[in-house]
Amino acid sequence: MSIDQSTAAKVAKLARIKVEDDALPALASEFNTILGFIEQLNEVDVEGVDPMVSVEPMRLKRREDVVTDGNQQAKVLANAPDAREGFFAVPKVVE
Amino acid sequence: MSDLNKLGLAEARDALRKGDVTSVELTESCLKAIDDADALNAFVHKTPEIALERAKAADERIKGGDAPAMCGLPIGIKDLFCTKGVPSQAASKILEGFKPEYESTVSQQLAEAGAVMLGKLNMDEFAMGSSNETSVYGNAVSPWRRGNDDAQLTPGGSSGGSASAVAADLCLAATGTDTGGSIRQPAAFTGITGIKPTYGRCSRWGIVAFASSLDQAGPMTKNVRDAAIMLEAMCGHDPKDSTSTELAVPNFEAMLTGDIKGKKIGIPKEYRMDGMPAEIEKLWADGAEMLKAAGAEIVDISLPHTKYALPAYYVIAPAEASSNLARYDGVRYGRRATLAQGDGITEMYEKTRAEGFGHEVQRRVMVGTYVLSAGFYDAYYNRARRVRTLIKKDFEDVFAAGVDAVLTPATPSAAFGLGEMTEADPVQMYLNDVFTVTVNLAGLPGVSVPAGLDKQGLPLGLQLIGRPWEEGDLLNTAYALENAAGFVAKPGKWW
Repeated sequence: MSIDQSTAAKVAKLARIKVEDDALPALASEFNTILGFIEQLNEVDVEGVDPMVSVEPMRLKRREDVVTDGNQQAKVLANAPDAREGFFAVPKVVE
Repeated sequence: MSDLNKLGLAEARDALRKGDVTSVELTESCLKAIDDADALNAFVHKTPEIALERAKAADERIKGGDAPAMCGLPIGIKDLFCTKGVPSQAASKILEGFKPEYESTVSQQLAEAGAVMLGKLNMDEFAMGSSNETSVYGNAVSPWRRGNDDAQLTPGGSSGGSASAVAADLCLAATGTDTGGSIRQPAAFTGITGIKPTYGRCSRWGIVAFASSLDQAGPMTKNVRDAAIMLEAMCGHDPKDSTSTELAVPNFEAMLTGDIKGKKIGIPKEYRMDGMPAEIEKLWADGAEMLKAAGAEIVDISLPHTKYALPAYYVIAPAEASSNLARYDGVRYGRRATLAQGDGITEMYEKTRAEGFGHEVQRRVMVGTYVLSAGFYDAYYNRARRVRTLIKKDFEDVFAAGVDAVLTPATPSAAFGLGEMTEADPVQMYLNDVFTVTVNLAGLPGVSVPAGLDKQGLPLGLQLIGRPWEEGDLLNTAYALENAAGFVAKPGKWW
Protein backbone atom coordinates (compact mmCIF):
# COMPACT_ATOMS: atom_id res chain seq x y z
CA MET A 1 0.00 0.00 0.00
CA SER A 2 1.61 3.22 -1.09
CA ILE A 3 0.41 6.68 -0.19
CA ASP A 4 0.39 9.35 -2.87
CA GLN A 5 0.17 13.10 -2.40
CA SER A 6 -3.58 13.24 -2.77
CA THR A 7 -4.04 10.60 -0.05
CA ALA A 8 -1.64 12.55 2.19
CA ALA A 9 -3.70 15.68 1.57
CA LYS A 10 -6.90 13.80 2.42
CA VAL A 11 -5.43 12.45 5.67
CA ALA A 12 -4.27 15.95 6.65
CA LYS A 13 -7.78 17.23 5.99
CA LEU A 14 -9.35 14.45 8.08
CA ALA A 15 -6.91 15.23 10.92
CA ARG A 16 -7.72 18.94 10.62
CA ILE A 17 -4.07 19.87 10.21
CA LYS A 18 -3.20 22.40 7.52
CA VAL A 19 -0.38 21.10 5.33
CA GLU A 20 0.91 23.36 2.54
CA ASP A 21 0.97 21.79 -0.92
CA ASP A 22 4.76 21.95 -1.15
CA ALA A 23 5.05 19.87 2.06
CA LEU A 24 2.90 17.02 0.73
CA PRO A 25 5.61 15.01 -1.10
CA ALA A 26 7.78 14.78 2.04
CA LEU A 27 4.76 13.90 4.15
CA ALA A 28 3.67 11.15 1.75
CA SER A 29 7.20 9.76 1.79
CA GLU A 30 7.27 9.67 5.62
CA PHE A 31 3.90 7.92 5.69
CA ASN A 32 5.23 5.32 3.31
CA THR A 33 8.27 4.66 5.48
CA ILE A 34 6.10 4.18 8.56
CA LEU A 35 3.44 2.14 6.79
CA GLY A 36 6.14 -0.01 5.19
CA PHE A 37 7.32 -0.80 8.71
CA ILE A 38 3.77 -1.57 9.84
CA GLU A 39 3.22 -3.92 6.86
CA GLN A 40 5.20 -6.58 8.78
CA LEU A 41 2.01 -7.26 10.71
CA ASN A 42 0.68 -9.02 7.62
CA GLU A 43 3.11 -11.88 8.32
CA VAL A 44 1.26 -12.79 11.52
CA ASP A 45 -1.46 -15.43 11.49
CA VAL A 46 -4.31 -13.74 13.37
CA GLU A 47 -7.02 -16.17 12.31
CA GLY A 48 -9.44 -16.66 15.20
CA VAL A 49 -7.63 -14.15 17.47
CA ASP A 50 -9.81 -11.49 19.07
CA PRO A 51 -8.65 -7.87 18.87
CA MET A 52 -7.61 -6.66 22.32
CA VAL A 53 -9.96 -4.15 23.88
CA SER A 54 -8.26 -3.83 27.25
CA VAL A 55 -5.22 -5.50 28.81
CA GLU A 56 -7.27 -6.44 31.85
CA PRO A 57 -10.43 -8.25 30.83
CA MET A 58 -12.83 -5.99 32.67
CA ARG A 59 -16.15 -4.36 32.28
CA LEU A 60 -15.78 -0.64 32.76
CA LYS A 61 -17.21 0.40 36.08
CA ARG A 62 -20.43 2.33 36.07
CA ARG A 63 -21.67 4.91 38.51
CA GLU A 64 -25.08 6.19 39.42
CA ASP A 65 -26.52 8.45 36.77
CA VAL A 66 -26.61 11.54 38.97
CA VAL A 67 -25.14 15.01 38.83
CA THR A 68 -21.76 15.02 40.61
CA ASP A 69 -20.32 18.32 39.56
CA GLY A 70 -21.22 21.67 38.10
CA ASN A 71 -21.55 25.42 38.65
CA GLN A 72 -17.99 26.06 37.55
CA GLN A 73 -18.52 28.25 34.52
CA ALA A 74 -15.68 30.62 35.34
CA LYS A 75 -13.22 27.76 35.83
CA VAL A 76 -14.34 26.02 32.66
CA LEU A 77 -13.82 29.19 30.65
CA ALA A 78 -10.64 30.32 32.41
CA ASN A 79 -8.28 28.82 29.82
CA ALA A 80 -10.30 29.58 26.70
CA PRO A 81 -8.50 31.62 24.03
CA ASP A 82 -11.73 33.55 23.44
CA ALA A 83 -14.55 33.48 25.98
CA ARG A 84 -17.40 35.98 25.92
CA GLU A 85 -20.51 36.37 28.03
CA GLY A 86 -20.15 32.92 29.53
CA PHE A 87 -19.54 31.14 26.23
CA PHE A 88 -16.65 29.85 24.15
CA ALA A 89 -16.43 32.15 21.12
CA VAL A 90 -15.57 30.74 17.68
CA PRO A 91 -15.77 32.05 14.10
CA LYS A 92 -19.23 32.01 12.59
CA VAL A 93 -20.32 28.41 11.94
CA VAL A 94 -23.68 28.93 10.19
CA GLU A 95 -24.15 31.36 7.30
CA MET B 1 24.78 18.26 56.21
CA SER B 2 25.90 19.45 52.78
CA ASP B 3 24.74 18.48 49.31
CA LEU B 4 21.31 17.56 50.57
CA ASN B 5 20.05 17.46 46.98
CA LYS B 6 22.23 14.38 46.45
CA LEU B 7 20.23 12.30 48.91
CA GLY B 8 17.76 9.66 47.81
CA LEU B 9 14.20 9.47 49.11
CA ALA B 10 14.83 6.82 51.77
CA GLU B 11 17.95 8.53 53.15
CA ALA B 12 16.23 11.91 53.25
CA ARG B 13 13.11 10.45 54.85
CA ASP B 14 15.17 8.84 57.59
CA ALA B 15 17.15 12.05 58.17
CA LEU B 16 13.90 14.04 58.39
CA ARG B 17 12.42 11.64 60.89
CA LYS B 18 15.54 11.75 63.04
CA GLY B 19 15.43 15.52 62.94
CA ASP B 20 18.88 15.75 61.33
CA VAL B 21 17.52 17.91 58.55
CA THR B 22 14.37 19.86 57.67
CA SER B 23 12.30 19.75 54.53
CA VAL B 24 13.00 23.46 54.02
CA GLU B 25 16.75 22.72 54.01
CA LEU B 26 16.31 19.86 51.55
CA THR B 27 14.10 22.00 49.35
CA GLU B 28 16.46 25.00 49.38
CA SER B 29 19.34 22.74 48.43
CA CYS B 30 17.39 21.40 45.45
CA LEU B 31 16.20 24.86 44.39
CA LYS B 32 19.80 26.04 44.33
CA ALA B 33 20.87 23.00 42.31
CA ILE B 34 18.04 23.69 39.86
CA ASP B 35 19.06 27.32 39.42
CA ASP B 36 22.64 26.21 38.74
CA ALA B 37 21.53 23.72 36.09
CA ASP B 38 19.75 25.77 33.45
CA ALA B 39 22.19 24.26 30.93
CA LEU B 40 20.39 20.93 31.35
CA ASN B 41 17.00 22.49 30.53
CA ALA B 42 15.37 19.89 32.76
CA PHE B 43 13.09 22.12 34.87
CA VAL B 44 10.97 24.20 32.49
CA HIS B 45 8.58 25.75 35.02
CA LYS B 46 10.11 26.35 38.44
CA THR B 47 7.77 26.65 41.42
CA PRO B 48 9.98 27.75 44.33
CA GLU B 49 7.14 29.48 46.22
CA ILE B 50 4.93 26.40 46.15
CA ALA B 51 7.94 24.29 47.10
CA LEU B 52 8.88 26.34 50.16
CA GLU B 53 5.29 26.61 51.30
CA ARG B 54 4.86 22.82 51.11
CA ALA B 55 8.23 22.25 52.74
CA LYS B 56 7.21 24.38 55.73
CA ALA B 57 3.92 22.51 56.01
CA ALA B 58 5.80 19.21 55.81
CA ASP B 59 8.18 20.24 58.60
CA GLU B 60 5.16 21.00 60.80
CA ARG B 61 3.67 17.63 59.97
CA ILE B 62 6.91 15.81 60.75
CA LYS B 63 7.14 17.63 64.09
CA GLY B 64 3.59 16.51 64.83
CA GLY B 65 4.59 12.90 64.24
CA ASP B 66 2.18 12.44 61.31
CA ALA B 67 4.52 11.99 58.39
CA PRO B 68 3.92 9.52 55.56
CA ALA B 69 7.00 8.26 53.71
CA MET B 70 7.05 11.02 51.08
CA CYS B 71 6.51 13.84 53.58
CA GLY B 72 8.92 16.71 53.05
CA LEU B 73 10.72 15.13 50.08
CA PRO B 74 11.36 17.50 47.14
CA ILE B 75 10.50 16.05 43.74
CA GLY B 76 9.98 17.16 40.14
CA ILE B 77 6.77 16.60 38.19
CA LYS B 78 6.74 15.81 34.47
CA ASP B 79 4.98 18.52 32.45
CA LEU B 80 2.40 15.93 31.33
CA PHE B 81 0.73 16.04 34.77
CA CYS B 82 -1.89 18.73 35.28
CA THR B 83 -0.93 20.79 38.30
CA LYS B 84 -3.40 23.33 39.60
CA GLY B 85 -2.50 26.92 38.75
CA VAL B 86 0.91 25.88 37.35
CA PRO B 87 1.60 25.70 33.59
CA SER B 88 1.00 22.17 32.29
CA GLN B 89 1.79 22.12 28.61
CA ALA B 90 2.83 18.56 27.75
CA ALA B 91 5.81 20.40 26.19
CA SER B 92 3.52 21.55 23.37
CA LYS B 93 2.98 24.96 21.85
CA ILE B 94 -0.72 24.17 21.54
CA LEU B 95 -1.08 24.23 25.36
CA GLU B 96 0.81 27.50 25.73
CA GLY B 97 -0.54 29.42 28.69
CA PHE B 98 -2.68 26.54 29.95
CA LYS B 99 -2.97 26.54 33.73
CA PRO B 100 -5.24 23.74 34.91
CA GLU B 101 -7.99 24.46 37.41
CA TYR B 102 -7.44 20.99 38.86
CA GLU B 103 -4.68 18.63 39.96
CA SER B 104 -3.93 15.19 38.51
CA THR B 105 -4.74 12.32 40.87
CA VAL B 106 -1.11 11.15 41.02
CA SER B 107 0.35 14.59 41.81
CA GLN B 108 -2.52 15.17 44.27
CA GLN B 109 -1.71 11.91 46.09
CA LEU B 110 1.95 12.86 46.23
CA ALA B 111 1.05 16.30 47.58
CA GLU B 112 -1.25 14.79 50.19
CA ALA B 113 1.57 12.48 51.22
CA GLY B 114 3.59 15.63 51.87
CA ALA B 115 5.88 15.58 48.83
CA VAL B 116 7.26 18.97 47.80
CA MET B 117 6.84 19.95 44.13
CA LEU B 118 9.91 21.84 42.87
CA GLY B 119 8.56 22.47 39.37
CA LYS B 120 7.65 20.95 36.04
CA LEU B 121 10.01 18.86 33.97
CA ASN B 122 10.86 18.86 30.28
CA MET B 123 9.68 16.02 28.03
CA ASP B 124 8.97 15.17 24.41
CA GLU B 125 5.86 16.91 23.08
CA PHE B 126 2.78 14.94 24.23
CA ALA B 127 5.26 12.23 25.33
CA MET B 128 5.93 11.35 21.68
CA GLY B 129 9.64 10.80 21.30
CA SER B 130 12.64 8.92 22.61
CA SER B 131 15.18 11.73 22.90
CA ASN B 132 13.40 14.80 24.34
CA GLU B 133 14.08 16.59 21.05
CA THR B 134 10.42 17.24 20.17
CA SER B 135 9.80 19.59 23.13
CA VAL B 136 8.58 23.14 22.62
CA TYR B 137 10.98 24.10 25.44
CA GLY B 138 13.99 22.81 23.49
CA ASN B 139 16.08 19.74 24.25
CA ALA B 140 16.62 18.47 27.75
CA VAL B 141 20.30 17.60 28.10
CA SER B 142 21.81 14.61 29.86
CA PRO B 143 24.30 15.33 32.67
CA TRP B 144 26.36 12.44 31.26
CA ARG B 145 29.11 12.91 28.67
CA ARG B 146 31.25 10.55 26.61
CA GLY B 147 34.53 10.82 28.48
CA ASN B 148 36.04 14.22 27.77
CA ASP B 149 33.91 14.80 24.66
CA ASP B 150 31.70 17.82 25.31
CA ALA B 151 29.01 16.81 22.78
CA GLN B 152 25.57 17.08 24.37
CA LEU B 153 23.79 13.76 24.83
CA THR B 154 20.12 12.94 25.04
CA PRO B 155 18.73 11.99 28.44
CA GLY B 156 16.26 9.80 26.50
CA GLY B 157 12.56 10.38 26.19
CA SER B 158 9.90 11.06 26.60
CA SER B 159 10.58 11.62 30.33
CA GLY B 160 13.93 13.23 29.50
CA GLY B 161 13.67 16.17 31.90
CA SER B 162 12.78 13.80 34.74
CA ALA B 163 15.77 11.57 33.97
CA SER B 164 18.19 14.47 33.63
CA ALA B 165 16.97 16.12 36.84
CA VAL B 166 17.23 12.96 38.95
CA ALA B 167 20.62 11.95 37.51
CA ALA B 168 22.00 15.46 38.09
CA ASP B 169 20.63 15.57 41.67
CA LEU B 170 18.34 18.54 41.01
CA CYS B 171 15.62 16.72 42.92
CA LEU B 172 15.39 13.57 45.01
CA ALA B 173 13.08 11.85 42.52
CA ALA B 174 10.60 12.67 39.76
CA THR B 175 7.39 11.46 38.20
CA GLY B 176 7.47 10.02 34.71
CA THR B 177 4.99 8.45 32.35
CA ASP B 178 5.51 5.49 30.06
CA THR B 179 3.51 4.64 26.92
CA GLY B 180 6.17 2.65 25.04
CA GLY B 181 9.26 2.99 27.23
CA SER B 182 9.23 6.65 28.27
CA ILE B 183 10.22 5.92 31.88
CA ARG B 184 12.52 2.95 31.35
CA GLN B 185 14.55 4.16 28.35
CA PRO B 186 15.51 7.56 29.87
CA ALA B 187 16.21 5.86 33.22
CA ALA B 188 18.60 3.48 31.43
CA PHE B 189 20.28 6.34 29.53
CA THR B 190 20.98 8.31 32.70
CA GLY B 191 21.89 5.61 35.23
CA ILE B 192 18.77 5.84 37.38
CA THR B 193 15.88 3.51 38.27
CA GLY B 194 12.44 3.77 36.69
CA ILE B 195 9.38 1.56 36.99
CA LYS B 196 6.26 1.44 34.88
CA PRO B 197 3.64 -0.31 36.99
CA THR B 198 0.88 -2.64 35.75
CA TYR B 199 -1.68 -0.85 33.59
CA GLY B 200 -4.38 0.32 36.00
CA ARG B 201 -2.12 0.75 39.06
CA CYS B 202 -1.84 4.53 38.81
CA SER B 203 -4.77 6.73 37.94
CA ARG B 204 -4.46 8.43 34.56
CA TRP B 205 -6.84 11.20 35.60
CA GLY B 206 -5.33 14.62 34.98
CA ILE B 207 -2.39 13.27 32.99
CA VAL B 208 -2.49 14.63 29.45
CA ALA B 209 -3.51 11.59 27.38
CA PHE B 210 -1.32 10.17 24.61
CA ALA B 211 -2.47 6.55 24.09
CA SER B 212 -4.97 5.71 26.79
CA SER B 213 -4.69 1.91 26.65
CA LEU B 214 -0.90 2.11 27.11
CA ASP B 215 -0.17 5.18 29.29
CA GLN B 216 0.95 4.63 32.90
CA ALA B 217 2.66 6.92 35.38
CA GLY B 218 5.57 5.77 37.52
CA PRO B 219 8.49 7.01 39.62
CA MET B 220 12.03 7.79 38.43
CA THR B 221 14.44 7.54 41.32
CA LYS B 222 18.05 7.14 42.42
CA ASN B 223 17.62 3.53 43.53
CA VAL B 224 15.16 0.65 43.81
CA ARG B 225 14.15 1.35 47.42
CA ASP B 226 13.18 4.89 46.46
CA ALA B 227 11.12 3.53 43.54
CA ALA B 228 9.22 1.28 45.97
CA ILE B 229 8.52 4.18 48.34
CA MET B 230 7.37 6.61 45.67
CA LEU B 231 5.36 4.05 43.67
CA GLU B 232 3.30 3.23 46.73
CA ALA B 233 2.37 6.88 47.12
CA MET B 234 1.41 7.19 43.44
CA CYS B 235 -0.75 4.05 43.16
CA GLY B 236 -4.30 3.32 44.16
CA HIS B 237 -7.88 3.17 42.99
CA ASP B 238 -9.40 6.35 41.62
CA PRO B 239 -13.10 6.51 40.71
CA LYS B 240 -12.21 9.23 38.19
CA ASP B 241 -10.28 6.72 36.02
CA SER B 242 -12.53 3.86 34.97
CA THR B 243 -9.49 1.69 34.14
CA SER B 244 -7.87 2.12 37.56
CA THR B 245 -7.88 -1.06 39.61
CA GLU B 246 -9.55 -1.52 42.98
CA LEU B 247 -6.76 -3.79 44.22
CA ALA B 248 -5.16 -2.78 47.50
CA VAL B 249 -1.70 -1.21 47.25
CA PRO B 250 0.91 -3.26 49.14
CA ASN B 251 3.79 -1.85 51.14
CA PHE B 252 6.32 -2.27 48.35
CA GLU B 253 9.30 -1.22 50.45
CA ALA B 254 8.60 -3.95 53.00
CA MET B 255 8.88 -6.49 50.20
CA LEU B 256 12.52 -5.59 49.50
CA THR B 257 14.27 -8.49 51.18
CA GLY B 258 16.82 -9.09 48.44
CA ASP B 259 16.03 -12.79 48.74
CA ILE B 260 15.25 -14.23 45.29
CA LYS B 261 16.16 -17.85 46.00
CA GLY B 262 14.14 -20.19 43.82
CA LYS B 263 12.76 -17.42 41.60
CA LYS B 264 12.61 -18.37 37.95
CA ILE B 265 14.00 -15.69 35.61
CA GLY B 266 13.30 -16.02 31.90
CA ILE B 267 15.76 -14.95 29.18
CA PRO B 268 13.81 -14.42 25.96
CA LYS B 269 15.75 -15.46 22.87
CA GLU B 270 13.84 -13.03 20.64
CA TYR B 271 15.45 -10.06 22.42
CA ARG B 272 18.82 -11.06 20.99
CA MET B 273 18.68 -8.59 18.11
CA ASP B 274 20.93 -8.53 15.06
CA GLY B 275 23.51 -5.82 15.38
CA MET B 276 23.12 -5.52 19.16
CA PRO B 277 26.34 -4.03 20.59
CA ALA B 278 28.56 -6.62 22.27
CA GLU B 279 28.55 -4.51 25.44
CA ILE B 280 24.77 -4.82 25.76
CA GLU B 281 24.99 -8.53 25.09
CA LYS B 282 27.60 -8.86 27.85
CA LEU B 283 25.66 -6.70 30.30
CA TRP B 284 22.63 -8.91 29.78
CA ALA B 285 24.63 -12.14 30.32
CA ASP B 286 26.27 -10.61 33.41
CA GLY B 287 22.86 -9.64 34.78
CA ALA B 288 21.63 -13.21 34.38
CA GLU B 289 24.75 -14.47 36.17
CA MET B 290 24.19 -12.04 39.05
CA LEU B 291 20.61 -13.20 39.53
CA LYS B 292 21.76 -16.80 39.36
CA ALA B 293 24.43 -16.15 41.97
CA ALA B 294 21.70 -14.66 44.17
CA GLY B 295 19.84 -17.97 44.02
CA ALA B 296 17.50 -17.53 41.07
CA GLU B 297 17.03 -20.14 38.40
CA ILE B 298 17.74 -18.86 34.88
CA VAL B 299 15.65 -20.37 32.08
CA ASP B 300 15.61 -19.78 28.33
CA ILE B 301 12.18 -18.73 27.14
CA SER B 302 10.53 -17.73 23.90
CA LEU B 303 8.23 -14.76 23.31
CA PRO B 304 7.55 -15.51 19.65
CA HIS B 305 5.67 -12.35 18.66
CA THR B 306 8.27 -9.89 19.99
CA LYS B 307 9.26 -8.79 16.50
CA TYR B 308 5.74 -7.53 15.84
CA ALA B 309 5.40 -5.45 19.00
CA LEU B 310 6.93 -2.28 17.56
CA PRO B 311 4.85 -2.26 14.34
CA ALA B 312 1.69 -3.05 16.37
CA TYR B 313 2.56 -0.22 18.74
CA TYR B 314 3.01 2.20 15.84
CA VAL B 315 -0.55 1.48 14.76
CA ILE B 316 -2.26 1.43 18.16
CA ALA B 317 -0.48 4.39 19.80
CA PRO B 318 -0.98 6.81 16.87
CA ALA B 319 -4.60 5.66 16.48
CA GLU B 320 -5.33 6.45 20.12
CA ALA B 321 -3.32 9.67 19.90
CA SER B 322 -5.27 10.90 16.89
CA SER B 323 -8.44 10.43 18.89
CA ASN B 324 -7.10 11.88 22.16
CA LEU B 325 -5.51 14.91 20.50
CA ALA B 326 -8.72 15.80 18.63
CA ARG B 327 -9.56 17.90 21.69
CA TYR B 328 -6.89 20.49 20.82
CA ASP B 329 -9.05 22.62 18.59
CA GLY B 330 -8.28 26.15 19.75
CA VAL B 331 -11.66 26.52 21.44
CA ARG B 332 -11.54 25.46 25.07
CA TYR B 333 -7.94 25.87 26.18
CA GLY B 334 -4.47 26.60 24.96
CA ARG B 335 -3.51 28.41 21.84
CA ARG B 336 -5.60 29.51 18.88
CA ALA B 337 -3.99 30.55 15.57
CA THR B 338 -4.45 34.08 14.33
CA LEU B 339 -7.08 33.89 11.63
CA ALA B 340 -7.33 35.69 8.31
CA GLN B 341 -10.35 37.70 7.26
CA GLY B 342 -13.13 35.32 6.25
CA ASP B 343 -11.62 32.20 7.90
CA GLY B 344 -14.30 29.87 9.23
CA ILE B 345 -14.20 27.29 11.97
CA THR B 346 -12.50 24.63 9.81
CA GLU B 347 -9.64 27.01 8.97
CA MET B 348 -9.39 27.80 12.68
CA TYR B 349 -8.97 24.12 13.54
CA GLU B 350 -6.52 23.47 10.72
CA LYS B 351 -4.33 26.51 11.33
CA THR B 352 -4.39 26.07 15.11
CA ARG B 353 -3.31 22.44 14.90
CA ALA B 354 -0.71 23.12 12.19
CA GLU B 355 1.05 25.78 14.25
CA GLY B 356 0.35 24.29 17.67
CA PHE B 357 1.56 20.72 17.08
CA GLY B 358 5.20 19.97 16.31
CA HIS B 359 6.31 17.82 13.42
CA GLU B 360 6.41 14.43 15.19
CA VAL B 361 3.02 14.97 16.82
CA GLN B 362 1.46 15.96 13.49
CA ARG B 363 2.97 12.90 11.86
CA ARG B 364 1.60 10.54 14.50
CA VAL B 365 -1.85 12.14 14.54
CA MET B 366 -2.02 11.75 10.76
CA VAL B 367 -0.76 8.15 10.79
CA GLY B 368 -3.41 7.43 13.43
CA THR B 369 -6.06 9.13 11.34
CA TYR B 370 -5.04 7.03 8.35
CA VAL B 371 -5.11 3.65 10.13
CA LEU B 372 -8.53 4.45 11.58
CA SER B 373 -9.99 5.75 8.33
CA ALA B 374 -12.73 3.91 6.42
CA GLY B 375 -11.29 1.06 4.40
CA PHE B 376 -8.12 0.68 6.50
CA TYR B 377 -9.52 0.15 9.98
CA ASP B 378 -9.57 -3.63 9.67
CA ALA B 379 -6.34 -3.96 7.75
CA TYR B 380 -4.32 -1.87 10.19
CA TYR B 381 -6.03 -1.10 13.47
CA ASN B 382 -7.91 -4.36 14.05
CA ARG B 383 -4.95 -6.42 12.85
CA ALA B 384 -2.66 -4.59 15.27
CA ARG B 385 -5.08 -5.23 18.12
CA ARG B 386 -5.12 -8.94 17.25
CA VAL B 387 -1.33 -9.02 17.26
CA ARG B 388 -1.47 -7.28 20.64
CA THR B 389 -3.58 -10.16 21.98
CA LEU B 390 -0.85 -12.57 20.80
CA ILE B 391 1.94 -10.50 22.40
CA LYS B 392 0.13 -10.57 25.72
CA LYS B 393 -0.43 -14.31 25.34
CA ASP B 394 3.32 -14.84 24.85
CA PHE B 395 3.85 -13.46 28.35
CA GLU B 396 0.89 -15.32 29.84
CA ASP B 397 2.36 -18.56 28.53
CA VAL B 398 5.77 -18.03 30.15
CA PHE B 399 4.22 -16.91 33.43
CA ALA B 400 1.96 -20.00 33.36
CA ALA B 401 5.12 -22.09 32.94
CA GLY B 402 6.35 -20.73 36.27
CA VAL B 403 8.55 -17.82 35.20
CA ASP B 404 8.53 -15.05 37.83
CA ALA B 405 10.25 -12.31 35.84
CA VAL B 406 11.84 -11.75 32.46
CA LEU B 407 15.30 -10.17 32.12
CA THR B 408 16.16 -8.11 29.01
CA PRO B 409 18.35 -5.16 28.10
CA ALA B 410 16.46 -1.88 28.64
CA THR B 411 17.66 -0.25 25.41
CA PRO B 412 19.49 -1.38 22.27
CA SER B 413 22.29 1.17 22.84
CA ALA B 414 23.64 3.75 25.26
CA ALA B 415 22.49 7.39 24.97
CA PHE B 416 23.15 9.02 21.62
CA GLY B 417 24.07 12.63 20.91
CA LEU B 418 21.40 15.29 20.58
CA GLY B 419 20.90 15.91 16.86
CA GLU B 420 22.59 12.67 15.83
CA MET B 421 19.31 11.09 14.79
CA THR B 422 17.98 14.13 12.92
CA GLU B 423 18.76 12.69 9.51
CA ALA B 424 17.48 9.20 10.34
CA ASP B 425 14.02 8.17 9.22
CA PRO B 426 11.38 8.08 11.98
CA VAL B 427 11.49 4.28 12.22
CA GLN B 428 15.17 4.42 13.31
CA MET B 429 14.15 6.53 16.31
CA TYR B 430 11.25 4.20 17.07
CA LEU B 431 13.72 1.29 17.42
CA ASN B 432 14.85 2.75 20.76
CA ASP B 433 11.71 1.28 22.27
CA VAL B 434 12.16 -2.20 20.85
CA PHE B 435 12.70 -3.84 24.28
CA THR B 436 10.16 -1.77 26.18
CA VAL B 437 6.97 -1.54 24.05
CA THR B 438 6.06 -5.20 24.53
CA VAL B 439 5.51 -4.43 28.22
CA ASN B 440 3.02 -1.62 27.51
CA LEU B 441 1.16 -3.70 24.95
CA ALA B 442 0.79 -6.51 27.50
CA GLY B 443 0.00 -4.09 30.36
CA LEU B 444 2.76 -5.54 32.56
CA PRO B 445 5.04 -3.92 35.14
CA GLY B 446 8.60 -3.27 33.95
CA VAL B 447 11.56 -1.75 35.75
CA SER B 448 14.88 -0.44 34.44
CA VAL B 449 17.88 -0.84 36.73
CA PRO B 450 21.30 0.71 36.01
CA ALA B 451 23.76 -2.15 35.63
CA GLY B 452 26.98 -0.89 34.10
CA LEU B 453 28.87 1.59 31.94
CA ASP B 454 29.82 1.21 28.30
CA LYS B 455 33.37 1.86 27.06
CA GLN B 456 32.57 5.55 26.59
CA GLY B 457 31.57 5.76 30.24
CA LEU B 458 27.82 5.95 29.62
CA PRO B 459 25.25 4.10 31.73
CA LEU B 460 23.46 0.99 30.49
CA GLY B 461 20.34 -0.48 32.05
CA LEU B 462 18.70 -3.86 32.36
CA GLN B 463 14.96 -4.35 32.32
CA LEU B 464 12.99 -6.77 34.46
CA ILE B 465 9.40 -7.54 33.46
CA GLY B 466 7.04 -8.91 36.08
CA ARG B 467 3.67 -10.58 36.42
CA PRO B 468 0.65 -8.28 36.46
CA TRP B 469 0.03 -6.62 39.87
CA GLU B 470 3.24 -8.09 41.31
CA GLU B 471 5.31 -4.91 41.38
CA GLY B 472 6.46 -5.78 44.91
CA ASP B 473 8.00 -9.06 43.80
CA LEU B 474 9.42 -7.39 40.69
CA LEU B 475 11.01 -4.61 42.74
CA ASN B 476 12.53 -7.19 45.05
CA THR B 477 14.18 -8.92 42.08
CA ALA B 478 15.34 -5.49 40.87
CA TYR B 479 16.72 -4.86 44.35
CA ALA B 480 18.73 -8.08 44.21
CA LEU B 481 20.06 -7.09 40.79
CA GLU B 482 20.93 -3.60 42.05
CA ASN B 483 22.81 -5.05 45.03
CA ALA B 484 24.78 -7.39 42.79
CA ALA B 485 25.50 -4.84 40.05
CA GLY B 486 26.67 -2.23 42.55
CA PHE B 487 26.22 0.64 40.10
CA VAL B 488 27.43 3.83 41.82
CA ALA B 489 28.72 5.97 38.91
CA LYS B 490 27.55 9.57 38.74
CA PRO B 491 28.07 12.10 35.97
CA GLY B 492 30.84 14.64 36.62
CA LYS B 493 29.44 18.15 37.07
CA TRP B 494 30.13 20.32 33.98
CA TRP B 495 26.95 22.41 33.96
